[in-house]
Amino acid sequence: MISFSRRLLIAGAALATLAGVPAFAQETVKIGVILPMTGPFASTGRQVEAGARAYMAINGDTVAGKKIELVLRDDAGTADQTRRIAQELVVNDGVKMLVGFGLTPLAMGVAPVLNQAKIPAIITSATTSAIMKQSPYFVRTSMAGPQSAVPVATWAVQNNLKRVVTLVTDYGPGIDIEKGFTDQFKKDGGTVVEALRVPLQNPDFAPFLQRVRDAKPDALFVFVPSGVGAIFMKQFVDRGLADAGIKLIATGDVTDDDLLNGMGPSAKGVITGHFYSTDHDSPENKAFVAEVRKANKNMRPNFMSVGGYDAMHVAYAALEKTGGDTDGTKLVDAMKGMEFVSPRGPITIDPDTRDIVQDIYMREVKEKNGELYNVEFATYPDIHDPNTAAK
Amino acid sequence: MLTILFDGIAYGMLLFVLACGLSVTLGLMNFVNLAHGAFAMAGGYVTVIMMNRYGISFYWCLPAAFIVTALAGAVLERLLYRRLYSASHLDQVLFSIGLVFMSIAAIDYFMGGQQQLINLPPELSGRFGFMGIDIGRYRLFIIVICAVLTVALQLALTRTRFGSQLRAAVDDGRVARGMGINVSVIFALTFALGSGLAGLGGALGTELLGLDPNFPLKYLIYFMIVVTVGGTSSITGPFIAALLLGIADVAGKYYVPQLGAFIIYAVMILVLILRPHGLFSREGGR
Repeated sequence: MISFSRRLLIAGAALATLAGVPAFAQETVKIGVILPMTGPFASTGRQVEAGARAYMAINGDTVAGKKIELVLRDDAGTADQTRRIAQELVVNDGVKMLVGFGLTPLAMGVAPVLNQAKIPAIITSATTSAIMKQSPYFVRTSMAGPQSAVPVATWAVQNNLKRVVTLVTDYGPGIDIEKGFTDQFKKDGGTVVEALRVPLQNPDFAPFLQRVRDAKPDALFVFVPSGVGAIFMKQFVDRGLADAGIKLIATGDVTDDDLLNGMGPSAKGVITGHFYSTDHDSPENKAFVAEVRKANKNMRPNFMSVGGYDAMHVAYAALEKTGGDTDGTKLVDAMKGMEFVSPRGPITIDPDTRDIVQDIYMREVKEKNGELYNVEFATYPDIHDPNTAAK
Repeated sequence: MLTILFDGIAYGMLLFVLACGLSVTLGLMNFVNLAHGAFAMAGGYVTVIMMNRYGISFYWCLPAAFIVTALAGAVLERLLYRRLYSASHLDQVLFSIGLVFMSIAAIDYFMGGQQQLINLPPELSGRFGFMGIDIGRYRLFIIVICAVLTVALQLALTRTRFGSQLRAAVDDGRVARGMGINVSVIFALTFALGSGLAGLGGALGTELLGLDPNFPLKYLIYFMIVVTVGGTSSITGPFIAALLLGIADVAGKYYVPQLGAFIIYAVMILVLILRPHGLFSREGGR
């Protein structure tokens, strides 16, 4: 009896040693991060990177016995570079996952690389509905653009804003959002008086705003990219549209947390719908905001940043699930259907579309401790991308 | 209707202040300075830093933006630009576009890539009604400043000793030098003036156009359109051109928003078909 249990002990010890070996050697898993760190979209890149690094600072750099290493590359926001860098990262650096992509065309550009190399790419910021169909290896932790527009439409009708002018930037995400908003708004019984599209390169909003003023709607629904949104909103107030009784409702891009303080008092009272606010009240978010502020000269994390943070969570959790196996197909399968609590609130990766399903909050810009914040006042849970769910 | 006209004029005037420095360097000095927008951006950032970091009044920022960028222009002219006066236009283009990229990277490094916002003094924001026209206070302010500037500039170039010396220096540098005109100093001053105007335009434009490190490339096309349509031989040309383009752009976007961005290009093409050298030029419409 004694000898048997001793043998078992020795065998057990031997097994433990064997199993322990890879843990000690700590194989490194490289994750390629491709972001616009320079050029017009540099602030996106900086926010996503801050978010991803914050995740690693809070959760450590080892998972399933593997050491995680980020390989950050700058594509300056041009699609051909994104694709070339993706190829280099996969072929030369041997990355097992890709993370990033600031804009739709950049994400689209890497789809062929993913399909060939069979490795997952987690999208942190690009938002059009069309991306997800380009590759079965795409997983998204930012949002599908129209996701945040749909609850805004519902909220508007509920609050008696029934005649609305829509104004969006004339490019992929803008058109997606216009459709998402309009479909829902009409279904709920609202009327779109006029649908305006503003060119991407537009120096002056005066003519568009004047047109809105003359149309006298109950509210103006707006989507413009975040930097432009700040200028737009100031001109909205300056033109006296608010005084004329026209409400401004928008997606959260317009009151980007990163820029909100600089917009000054004119931003107060603006109603937006979005998936993340720096002000979101949860322990996960408090830790996240504190970490980003500490590591980035007190920069406020915005919705781009939380996309980077959650991308890292998805990557970590997938490795955990596969037990450290870095086979791309297994990783994507592990990501499908994943559920967790992000700093933005509870989120799910839809197992069919690999797209994010999340709560959308209605927020109002308010002053808190001398700073401006998007303060959440209503939650619309489990919102899917309406453009793909419709099929 | 009249409100649209007013908005168009204000926008045109802003374009003029931003671009007239370029028509000075390009038209009078015959130097293709594509880095013009970088000076405008510098003026904008001077304003942002003064207002947001040190809380200095917006009214002081405007002259400061002019002076700082004029000085920067003078320094760069002495160090770099001067060597390229006799170089081919292609060399000038390559050199100045290189400067643009350097300025973008430098601003991005020191100030970050995000949009910079300023808050105007309360008396400049909002609007008032005047004989049925809705007038934005800040737009009126822009119009007044630009009108004063245009008159002053026109007088300076046609009526002053400096103006005639400059024209002489440009037309025939050797003879001008023989007449005792210090051509080199005249050029440095002119270049500084052009840069300073750009800086002032950048400071005025921050509120309306926004300001981020990509400013010089984003608006380069507008500066070029104004100068091309206006012709390069006078200040009046770009002035009329800027007004025409500003009004056409704003009115076009109001009445036919579907066409949006194309109006300004359509006007440019039309003008250049009729008058290939611009509205006002020595060559005239041939």
